[in-house]
Amino acid sequence: MTFRPEHELHRRRFSRNLGLGLTLAAFVALVFALTVVKVKRGEPMQGYDHTYSPALLPKEEGKP
Amino acid sequence: MSDTAAYQGANATPYEPGFGDYVLLLKPRVMSLVVFTALVGLLVAPVSLHPVEAFAAILFIALGAGASGALNMWWDADIDAVMKRTARRPVPAGRVQAGEALAVGLALSGISVVMLGLATNLMAAALLAFTIFFYAVVYSMWLKRSTPQNIVIGGAAGAFPPMIGWVCATGSISVEACLMFGLIFMWTPPHFWALALFMKEDYHRAGVPMLTVTHGRKATRVHVLVYTLLLVPVAIGAALTSIGGPLTLAVAVVLNAWFVVGAFRIWRRDETMAEADNYAVEKAFFRFSLLYLFLHFATFLAEAALKSAGVGGW
Repeated sequence: MTFRPEHELHRRRFSRNLGLGLTLAAFVALVFALTVVKVKRGEPMQGYDHTYSPALLPKEEGKP
Repeated sequence: MSDTAAYQGANATPYEPGFGDYVLLLKPRVMSLVVFTALVGLLVAPVSLHPVEAFAAILFIALGAGASGALNMWWDADIDAVMKRTARRPVPAGRVQAGEALAVGLALSGISVVMLGLATNLMAAALLAFTIFFYAVVYSMWLKRSTPQNIVIGGAAGAFPPMIGWVCATGSISVEACLMFGLIFMWTPPHFWALALFMKEDYHRAGVPMLTVTHGRKATRVHVLVYTLLLVPVAIGAALTSIGGPLTLAVAVVLNAWFVVGAFRIWRRDETMAEADNYAVEKAFFRFSLLYLFLHFATFLAEAALKSAGVGGW
């Protein structure tokens, strides 16, 4: 049988780890949200060279 | 000694800081003022940001302010321990090591500046970096202990957030951003000197060259009046720009008239009169100064809301 008393020190350490974990999770979520916002607003780009490519734009009617 | 006490003594461990102790390093009360003024600067700007970008901008400006607070606590732990107002901060109280405060401050400074630059623009990030440098190095390390004008120059650090909020949205500095900066910059000296007048023992014990200690209390009263008078044109001027309007002007006139009357009453008194009523006038002026700044910025926000409804602004 293992005997593991819960010390005040463990509680404090747990609160610190939990706080840090939640902060990091929130940071990841924020970076993801920022990325989505910025990518959605970006110019059309080709996946391999990250340069502006008018050729990717849908052709307008009446134009070659 | 009982058996239990002997057991507890044998198992005595060094204090293990909780998450809240590290949060206190960031000076949450100062951060709340930073969040409010930066948010106003961002919302009254003529360019609007996506809500996610705006949220990120305010968060990282607040984090930058918190980082500079942690650096300040690392550097000032010795004088914080002497002053009653600051003795319970995590570092002087022994809950967090000074080196940890330095590490937290440096790490959060880097994260906040880089993330603000990525979320908004490089100009805003550069301003935030300068603000942290200004508060931690120019104010805390250099001027706070060497000149009685420490409050005047240190006030600039607290005045940057609305300007950074504005720059996050617009990408450039304008007269409106400068006047919001000027409003907090000119407000800080009378606000803190009023506090120093009735918290006199604190600064004296810590050996911080507060104006009350170096030039005497009469000179401090004169300074409160002079800086309050210099604040008036800045506050009225801000109300006359594109962030103002009739409502802002009316509120600014009332608030500044009240503030000048308070400063005049402080100037007219001497120490005997102040001690007789336990610094009632100085304490009332200090409390009103908090309301003064809050109402000014709240009115900028209200004016922007009215303008978007088609009734506010010039």
